[in-house]
Amino acid sequence: MVASDDAARADTANIPDTAHTPPAAARTVLDDQDISRALTRITHEILERNRDSAGLVLLGIPTRGVHLARRIAARMSEVEGRTITAGALDITMYRDDLRLKPARALEHTEIPDDIDGKVVVLIDDVLFSGRTIRAALDALNELGRPKAVQLAVLIDRGHRELPIRADFVGKNLPTSLAEQVKVRLAESDEGDSVAIAGGAA
Amino acid sequence: MIKNLLSAGDLDRTDAIRVLDTAEELLGVASRPIKKLPTLRGRTVVNLFFEDSTRTRISFEAAAKRLSADVINFSAKGSSVSKGESLKDTALTLQAMGADAVIIRHHSSGAPHRLAQAKWTKGAVINAGDGTHEHPTQALLDAFTMRRHLAQGGDGSLEGKNVTIVGDVLHSRVVRSNVLLLQTLGANVTIVAPPTLLPVGVDRWPVTTSYDLDASLEKADAVMMLRVQAERMNASYFPSAREYSRRYGLDTARLNRLPDHAIVMHPGPMNRGMEITADVADHVRSVIVEQVTNGVAVRMAVLYLLLGGAADDTSTTEGNA
Repeated sequence: MVASDDAARADTANIPDTAHTPPAAARTVLDDQDISRALTRITHEILERNRDSAGLVLLGIPTRGVHLARRIAARMSEVEGRTITAGALDITMYRDDLRLKPARALEHTEIPDDIDGKVVVLIDDVLFSGRTIRAALDALNELGRPKAVQLAVLIDRGHRELPIRADFVGKNLPTSLAEQVKVRLAESDEGDSVAIAGGAA
Repeated sequence: MIKNLLSAGDLDRTDAIRVLDTAEELLGVASRPIKKLPTLRGRTVVNLFFEDSTRTRISFEAAAKRLSADVINFSAKGSSVSKGESLKDTALTLQAMGADAVIIRHHSSGAPHRLAQAKWTKGAVINAGDGTHEHPTQALLDAFTMRRHLAQGGDGSLEGKNVTIVGDVLHSRVVRSNVLLLQTLGANVTIVAPPTLLPVGVDRWPVTTSYDLDASLEKADAVMMLRVQAERMNASYFPSAREYSRRYGLDTARLNRLPDHAIVMHPGPMNRGMEITADVADHVRSVIVEQVTNGVAVRMAVLYLLLGGAADDTSTTEGNA
């Protein structure tokens, strides 16, 4: 984790330079190579931290969290030499902002394994307010009693509204509230990239 | 999404498939250790039943409770309705108690429409069967069951599937809702009944009608048997029960003439030995018990989509999103 924190700090040092460039419609901060490297690193960090992959359950939060979870599971299978499958955990019914918008369609929930006594690693694309993770923790609570829950995210953009932090971070990305972080993954979009859009110049 | 569910015809194809897809996800809740979602916590759902019911009332109650809503059960028997209280006053009472949804079953066709249109209640109105008119959630659970067996992996519709509905069409609200919904989902519906049990104007329904059950078996993907509703019959519609079951009942011989993948359905309650023999009702290809299980998931989906989101102002503007 020390290594990743240093790497993250080194990354953030570059941000002010790019922020002075004229405001484009969207600024790409990670390309497909960067995303691939970050996921490989997260995979190894998860394995290092937990030692035993047998007690691990990877759960992605739809939609892009599931894609990331599958990619991490594929890398983990390679390293461990056995097939590890990732699941999906839909948190729509547990959201605290359901009443603010019309009813949303539900995503697919798929739990590959019994989660009792396991270490569950939740995987999402962007960590922002922390409310999604709060909802995910509530959802997990009703599915069983994991030994521990860890959180892996590709982007941590700050602005937490709840006391929640990520255990594994692809990239820390300081943003203003006016900006939007767009994660694109080949499974649901065209190509892999992370971009920042909008915000004041 | 619509605000009330009064008729299966209220649902366009997108809405109908959305309900079915949502139900597909909610079906998994029944197999969890904790069969509950917190989504409708603090909302009040009233079961307003003016007519007897086992399945529908329990199913709606279970669905609302699994979504953490508070459920108030009202049955006309043992209430002030037996003292002569009108539907309006009953509805105003429920409104005063803060009902977010009213699920109504009534012996008069059109009662749910009256309740919704007269604005006696601010909550969503869900039709759980009105007279001989409609029963939209039954049609949804039937379509859901057919889709699980017949249309796995398609676009979610029942395009081109052949559904044969047999029996007391005249008194059946199930068939009216099913015809509307199955047409929306693209299925071909054949209705088989004795001439006396076909309603006036059936020639304008989007269905093929027939008096001959045997002729419509070979190409059927699903056969839905309807109950002979003796309690609504004030005249002799057929000479005898034996003659009816010989000509329009589903027995093992007829079951064997169905295609191998075909399923047998019945909305319940069954008259065993009348429209369906006990052998067929308990046959592996009969999905009658599964329909009941699916009913809870479908009703959870309806309650979630009608009550789970924002109040009406935003849902009307963004409803089609």
